[in-house]
Amino acid sequence: MGIIVEMLSFDFISRALLVGILISLCASLLGASLVLKRYSMIGDGLSHVGYGALAVAAAFNLAPLQVAIPVVVVTAFFLLRLSKNGKLNGDALIAIISCSALSIGMIVVSVFEVNIDVNSYMFGSILALQSEDVILSVVSSLIVIALYVIFYNKIFAVTFDESFSKATGIKTGLYNGLIALLTAVVTVVGMRLMGALLISGLIIFPSLSAMRICKSYKGVTLFSVLISILCFITGLTVTFYLPVPTGACIVVINLMAFIACAVIGKLKETVSVKSKNS
Amino acid sequence: MKLIECKNLSMSYEGVTVLHNVSFSLEQGDYMLLLGENGSGKSTLIKGLLGLKQSSKGKIEFNGITPRQIGYLPQQSPVQKDFPATVKEIILSGCLGSGGICPFYTKDQKKRADKCMRHLHLEDIQKKSFRDLSGGQQQRVLIARALCATDKLLLLDEPVTGLDAVVTAEMYDLINHLNKVHDVTIIMISHDISNAMKYANKVLHLSSEASFFGGAEEYAKTDYYKKMIKGGNNIGYNC
Repeated sequence: MGIIVEMLSFDFISRALLVGILISLCASLLGASLVLKRYSMIGDGLSHVGYGALAVAAAFNLAPLQVAIPVVVVTAFFLLRLSKNGKLNGDALIAIISCSALSIGMIVVSVFEVNIDVNSYMFGSILALQSEDVILSVVSSLIVIALYVIFYNKIFAVTFDESFSKATGIKTGLYNGLIALLTAVVTVVGMRLMGALLISGLIIFPSLSAMRICKSYKGVTLFSVLISILCFITGLTVTFYLPVPTGACIVVINLMAFIACAVIGKLKETVSVKSKNS
Repeated sequence: MKLIECKNLSMSYEGVTVLHNVSFSLEQGDYMLLLGENGSGKSTLIKGLLGLKQSSKGKIEFNGITPRQIGYLPQQSPVQKDFPATVKEIILSGCLGSGGICPFYTKDQKKRADKCMRHLHLEDIQKKSFRDLSGGQQQRVLIARALCATDKLLLLDEPVTGLDAVVTAEMYDLINHLNKVHDVTIIMISHDISNAMKYANKVLHLSSEASFFGGAEEYAKTDYYKKMIKGGNNIGYNC
């Protein structure tokens, strides 16, 4: 209890805690769909684009998130559309876009001699969150959560079986677009805290961990939210005491959670096989 | 009454005609086998029937159903093999087409899913995860999901692929049961022609030259059939 009170007495920590919990929640919600649709790397690709956009925004003295969110949303749609219809497949496209955007960002930073802390953009920093960012982050997160809950059943159907969903009249293009939109928003909002290189960890790890243990889609969704929030709070607490970067610390804690879940999942399997045999 | 009537239908992909002048009709309770070599336009015809693709010539007429009320069993995708979802969640998702904009499942939809689950004897495994089921069980779940969308017409795309002989026989029995007892019209694509022919009463064989449509017995006398059977055997010998 004492630790929490002490941590919350710092403004930047309580800001990070609020935004972080919301972002962890949103990221883990989308994770299941993205992992199962084989789009695990999309968050990574988009965050590099986000970095490029932030660098350009800084160079021209524009508000960072207001520039980055639309740019990344457009990229997400573009990725989804092209990987469906184009000659390049999804992972190649993500690779091309992410390294190009990163390079453009670096060039802009050096040409315009922008005074930004590249390290904090890459690996995240809890100090990066300004109070005006907090409002935008909270509003975006709440919109993501609301849209996800409203369209939960349809997102599930489209993730599980696109051909069938299409045949029953579900507008699969629309829901794929929705997933892309939500992923883009979560990526940009989350990358200030987690860093461009690490935000995809927040998206995929909790769902992968939950999938080791849970049998139902609802179970995976709820459990990944729980894991994600717990890992975030633990990570933030650790960085309060140890001089380690927040984003990296949270990802490593997620990795530990994943290993633990994988072991538990394996044990459960063995037990159920044994009880079947006996 | 004719459930589906298809007259001189042609369909094309990017300017190339893949389906030439196909005509057939189905009545309630029919069991039609859809055959043809790879590239003969089977998948294109399916898209046409499901209303996902426009015809370039001719038309498909529906009586008493809409393309949305066709229960479709697609070929399984690799994504589904390790999908963490329960049997019940998957079957319920078959009801979504009828739900309009309502974000949650209504009572009627849940009742319907329960009914389909009972039909296919899946109540005992409804809480099990799809990825832990056997191939035959997975197909039964997907048929139950398709039945949530319809009780009139099932469109099955290679339903027995990858199943062993015993389960394949069970699957044919099940489809036959739905057809004979519950009066569900069946359109089935299958490469397992000698088995599938036992149950079907109509055959549509797509071919780039001239397609065949007629009764199953009639089909068994044609060169198409002999070629298909011979082709199947040849593959057998080569193995």
